[in-house]
Amino acid sequence: MKDFLNSWGISLMVFLPLVGALAMLVVPKAKEQFHKVVALAASLVVGFIGILIMTNFDYDANGQLQFVVDKAWIPIINSRYIVGIDGISLPMIALTLLIVPLCIIYSWNHFPEPKNPKAFLILILILETGMLGSFVAQDLILFFVFFEVVLLPMYFMIGVWGGEKRQYASLKFFLYTLFGSALMIVAFLSLYFLSDKIPVNGEMMHSFDMRLLPELATGISTGAALWIFGGMFMGFGIKVPMFPFHTWLPDAHTQAPTVGSVILAAVLLKLGTYGFIRIAIPILPGAAEKWAPFIGLLAVIGIIYGALCCLAQTDMKRLIAFSSVSHMGFVMLGIATLTTFGFQAAIFGMVAHGLITGMLFFVAGSTKDRYHTLDISRLGGMLKSMPHMGWILGFSVMASLGLPGLAGFWGEFPAILSAYNPGLGLNVAFFRVLMVIAAVGTVLAAAYLLWMYQRVGFGVPTKEFEDDPHLHDVTFTEWVAWTPMLILIVVLGFVPNIIFKVTDGAVSNTIAIVNGLGG
Amino acid sequence: MLAQLLTFAWSAPSLDYHALAPEIIVAATIVVLILLDAFTGERSRWASSSVAGIGLLLALIPIATLAYDGVDRVMFGGGFVVDSYALILQALFLISGYVVILLSTNYIAEGDYHEGEYYTLLLSSVLGMMVMASARDLISIFIALELVSIPAYMMAAWRKRDQKSNEAGLKYYLMGVFASAILLYGMSLVFGITGSTLLVEIGADLGSYVSSQPIITLGIAFVLIGFAFKVSAVPFHQWAPDTYEGAPTPVTSFLAVASKAAGFVAILNVLFIGFYGRNDVWEPLMWALAALSMTVGNLIALRQTNVVRMLAYSGIAQAGYILAPLAVAGASLGTGGEALRSIVVYLLIYAGMNLGAFAVVLAVARKTRSGEIKSFGGLFSYAPALTVCMTIFLFSLAGIPPAAGWFAKLSIFSSLASAGTASGYVLAVIVGLNSVIAFGYYGRLIRVMWMDEAPDGDRSPIKVPASLSFALIITMAVTLVWGVFPGALTHFTDQVTLFSLLR
Repeated sequence: MKDFLNSWGISLMVFLPLVGALAMLVVPKAKEQFHKVVALAASLVVGFIGILIMTNFDYDANGQLQFVVDKAWIPIINSRYIVGIDGISLPMIALTLLIVPLCIIYSWNHFPEPKNPKAFLILILILETGMLGSFVAQDLILFFVFFEVVLLPMYFMIGVWGGEKRQYASLKFFLYTLFGSALMIVAFLSLYFLSDKIPVNGEMMHSFDMRLLPELATGISTGAALWIFGGMFMGFGIKVPMFPFHTWLPDAHTQAPTVGSVILAAVLLKLGTYGFIRIAIPILPGAAEKWAPFIGLLAVIGIIYGALCCLAQTDMKRLIAFSSVSHMGFVMLGIATLTTFGFQAAIFGMVAHGLITGMLFFVAGSTKDRYHTLDISRLGGMLKSMPHMGWILGFSVMASLGLPGLAGFWGEFPAILSAYNPGLGLNVAFFRVLMVIAAVGTVLAAAYLLWMYQRVGFGVPTKEFEDDPHLHDVTFTEWVAWTPMLILIVVLGFVPNIIFKVTDGAVSNTIAIVNGLGG
Repeated sequence: MLAQLLTFAWSAPSLDYHALAPEIIVAATIVVLILLDAFTGERSRWASSSVAGIGLLLALIPIATLAYDGVDRVMFGGGFVVDSYALILQALFLISGYVVILLSTNYIAEGDYHEGEYYTLLLSSVLGMMVMASARDLISIFIALELVSIPAYMMAAWRKRDQKSNEAGLKYYLMGVFASAILLYGMSLVFGITGSTLLVEIGADLGSYVSSQPIITLGIAFVLIGFAFKVSAVPFHQWAPDTYEGAPTPVTSFLAVASKAAGFVAILNVLFIGFYGRNDVWEPLMWALAALSMTVGNLIALRQTNVVRMLAYSGIAQAGYILAPLAVAGASLGTGGEALRSIVVYLLIYAGMNLGAFAVVLAVARKTRSGEIKSFGGLFSYAPALTVCMTIFLFSLAGIPPAAGWFAKLSIFSSLASAGTASGYVLAVIVGLNSVIAFGYYGRLIRVMWMDEAPDGDRSPIKVPASLSFALIITMAVTLVWGVFPGALTHFTDQVTLFSLLR
């Protein structure tokens, strides 16, 4: 079993969704039930393989890449098919494996207009391949390919199944990300050509191997490294999204169908932060140190700016979208400290934000289904008209504002704390100022979330929805889709070590690289 | 010198028939086509497209054997070379020619156009391209170029009673002749300095004439500008959109892919063998042409409302990408090799994806009778397969994985970065920004197909004839396989070089 997993496990997990998608491609779209079953089955089988991998994963050696497969792919540029999992990618993979089947279950009975479950589910499966591939790839070009593959399904999901201004939102999303990745690929290539060569079959060649690049890239001059880091910063920073590049996010989230928003918030945004942790910082620690104060500053601006924007929103979904900008700011602040503690916090924050914001978008989607509006001023009295839904929303709001005992807490507070003692030669005073400002952000978060909850959950239903027959409480499929996430939010809140234990070895390895070679 | 010339004239040059077999087969097919048309008349019209197609496929056989043999064959004192570079491009021309025949079959037959003559001319043009791939001499390059172009002038005006088609042909003809004149003037200057038409000898001589700098500059610039017309690089691109729009769509696809590729091959030949030592002259020129072509092409493409015109401007922008590596190709032999290979890779992938896009345009136009972008509205609702194909081709043109275009663009980026110079990096960033601009119009067409309603609510399905489907299958296979396994392509291209001839 272990042998099989070692050589095939990851590839099977990454490409099985595509096999499911191909099977669905040849069956006519009228057979909706078939498509739903196949898509769910594919995502569950993938999840099962993922569980097998996780149970066979050696948690004591989580700093090492496991289940590594290393095969020739594009020999002429020595780009290889290298995949593997370590403690940093494992939580991200687990998150993806969880979210996708839940999204399929959630969609079961209410596909957004214009329906067409076949196309919708095929896109979700392609998306799953892209996301899983990005998290396992250990070759820059392979990573880039998966990173881009993620774009396409999301573009269609927003553009075809989205809201009123879907065309504008989908194009904006696409152009922003494309701009980032164009600069990112130039950065990757200059990294490739400027780094040292390694012997391949008796010939000296450059390499895209992420495992080797931290060492190979040591010879790059400071100036060039700063530019290269800048290119990667654009690619990953737009995806996160970091402050001045965040404007695509509210539009994309507001217009995307519920499931699209959930996947976007839960997984896609993490590709950016994951890129910083996995690629940009370990490979170019020297440049990372120079960029860190700037990243920290933007992160904190994002926290405050996002929170202030939330206070001004009248649309529930748009509010949650801006809260994403704010929350991802905490993650980026943790990363910018370049410490083990900060990275740990960041990874926890990524998972927590994925679950909690995913949950909030689910509830927002269901709210829209029932009220046909997300205008906060028209909603109200949800606890009265739909008590279960009201409580779930309240629970997610509490988790999102970082209530201790729920998952959100372990993402935010360690990130803020880590800024007290930044790593390497970073300016301590500066980061402590950032820390204080970020702490103010949490107060603002409590303000906008609770205010939103008061207006939506408390009080009595407004006149227009007083006796609306559409306002039925949580349905069966919703329960199935939401329960695992709700449970995980509590469990991770009480036992955060589930994740901290998985990531510690890998993170300390990364930080060791940063400290050993940087500064 | 004279004695040498005489002996050369009197003794027949030794011919390597194996090396010439692809050209001979295509030439023989042309003869068969003419005879068929002349003697069997109306009855066998339907056969001419099959005969032409089979002829092109047959010519692939000696190419395969020559490639398997793997020996560089040099003839006519170095003026005609069959090496891996020539073979891979000849294969490209033959296969794109074959796909164009597939695209033309129904169009030409149903339009009741002159089938025999059409395929004869098409094959003549393909023959010219094949010679171009092997030509290493100014005169044979010129003759190959004319053999490519003159049939194309006529084909562009093939819809005789359509004013736009006439305009297309005439414009193409006038601009083509103008370009030829400039080219010939440049060539005569180069010949005047070096005293030779052989590219190898020109390459050996050109570096040593420091004193005649202005004439060398003028000669090289004129030759390259002449070719820049052929590949429709900005600012020599004005003919392309009108010609592409007016010409019959299969012919447009031929001009946009095969004919343009032939122009690039000519540029590669003269640049890498003849002018390589004078990179101080051509690098800035290529930099400017590349940056201008992609930027202007993309910006104007954003405003187009007609699909074919949009693809024409997209082609101009793509020409800019293809020229980009030449802007740094002179840095070192390593960079030069990198640039050459990246361009060959781009030409191969470009042929696949662009012909595919034209195939879809043709299929859709069979129903809508229109080339307007609006007419693609709601395509997803009544022709999902065509929509998915077109979407993949457009993503490929935009350079988004896993469609092959990403690897083409990666090769360009890679060769620009490999030079390690500031100008290389700046151009790479310009290419990157242009990829974003380009998605503006590729994305718009995708949006119209997937997200808009069908105009007039007409959702009757499209009947795609067998030959078009086959063309779609070929181009789609190429686009996807090369995109997922670029190794399958670089396996053929990584040995390609033009430097073996340099002394």
